[in-house]
Amino acid sequence: MDEIYKEYNGSIPEKLIGDVKKEVSKVKVTKVQLKEILDRVKKEYEAALISPGEAIGIITAESFGEPATQMTLNVKHFAGVAEMQVTSGLPRLIEIFDASKSIKTPSMEVYLKPEYNKDPAKVRKIASQIKESTLGDISTEFTIDITTMNVKVVIDKTKLKDLGITEDTLVKILKESIKGGVQVRLNKNEIVLKGKESDLHELYVLKEKAKAAFIKGVKEISYVLPVKRDNEFIILTSGSNLKEVMAVKEVDTRRTVTNDIHEIYSVFGVEAARQSIIDESTKVIQNQGLDINIRHIMFIADVMTSNGVIMGITRSGITGGKESVLARASFETPIKHIIGAALRGEEDYLNSVVENVILNQPVPLGTGLPKLIINSMNKKEKEKEK
Amino acid sequence: MKKQIQIQDHVLLLKHKKLDDKALEGLLNKYNISPKQLPKVYKKDPALREIEDVKAGDIIEIERDSPTANKTKFYRVVVDG
Repeated sequence: MDEIYKEYNGSIPEKLIGDVKKEVSKVKVTKVQLKEILDRVKKEYEAALISPGEAIGIITAESFGEPATQMTLNVKHFAGVAEMQVTSGLPRLIEIFDASKSIKTPSMEVYLKPEYNKDPAKVRKIASQIKESTLGDISTEFTIDITTMNVKVVIDKTKLKDLGITEDTLVKILKESIKGGVQVRLNKNEIVLKGKESDLHELYVLKEKAKAAFIKGVKEISYVLPVKRDNEFIILTSGSNLKEVMAVKEVDTRRTVTNDIHEIYSVFGVEAARQSIIDESTKVIQNQGLDINIRHIMFIADVMTSNGVIMGITRSGITGGKESVLARASFETPIKHIIGAALRGEEDYLNSVVENVILNQPVPLGTGLPKLIINSMNKKEKEKEK
Repeated sequence: MKKQIQIQDHVLLLKHKKLDDKALEGLLNKYNISPKQLPKVYKKDPALREIEDVKAGDIIEIERDSPTANKTKFYRVVVDG
């Protein structure tokens, strides 16, 4: 039996063969019958395939456009919910498809190795290590002493202990992270900072600089939230820095992901970016309670990554890369494109759809796609020639 | 300080494989295309780091997990950059 299945491997998708196998195992069939079944499945499968010349881009655009109009009306506000604020709905969808370089709310899902992900206390500790801590976070008071012209910082000792650093090492770290010849000194419970120049304005600048001084953790990660998900604790973050977070010892490097598609691209490559586009857009669509067939999403992701880099559907991305002047002009900023084309002396070969629609000509789609060569001689003439 | 991170077994990283000449010809014949018409992948792509001597013009076979067809194969041609 398995040999028969193998024969069809390649002409029918694996999933359909699996489905047939499952159904067939319930009843008794002979080899001939099985062959007949598979033949019919193959026939149905081939009939369901999209035919050459079908305008799938338009179908995808419609399938996204119609539910997207519902989306804008359904903006929900989650006030007071203990979750991270993440861009959702239409703004997020636009962000994904435009392939924005700087997204509004970068965030990560940090998974931990099995030995660390069960105990909430441990997870909280790891979370605090990942979070970027500045001097402002671990101190209770910043004061400016005008008599001695320095900044005094009162350190919160319990917070310092949570981070696992002593006061002496803190001074060492501060000497490195605050630049510009600042003296750092430990005085009982306070840290005293003294700048080079001694006017009041400089002192204020120093105070603000000291507040933002990097102490420990992963840069860019501004907020962490441990949550329980399916029997394990994971850490949601706001701010994203995949490379650094994955270098942390306790982090599960197999499953940790970010919602920044460009970051995924730089760490894992195009194929991973494609998968990430699919995952992120499906998340948005499901969140809104909509149902768009996964094939449309996969198609968009394929088009966006087909050039080896991520290209957004913008006038600098896919649409801007089009050969035809009229096609580019019909998307955005038409005058700019037409003037530019005139200056460069560009030609339009009218090979695609939009430009032919503009010129009221048949478009190369469906029945307009195949070009026929017709022998204009009729039967009688043919026979004469013979 | 540059830290080494492990990416090989990440869920998002798919199996990439260089296609040999025989399989390549079969592929091009099946779809009646030239390698230029395939989607591209950059030579410096992190997913190609594990494969030995990849040069421009090579075809990479990628095994994808498709939600509609379980496992599918996808092909990309390597380009410089």
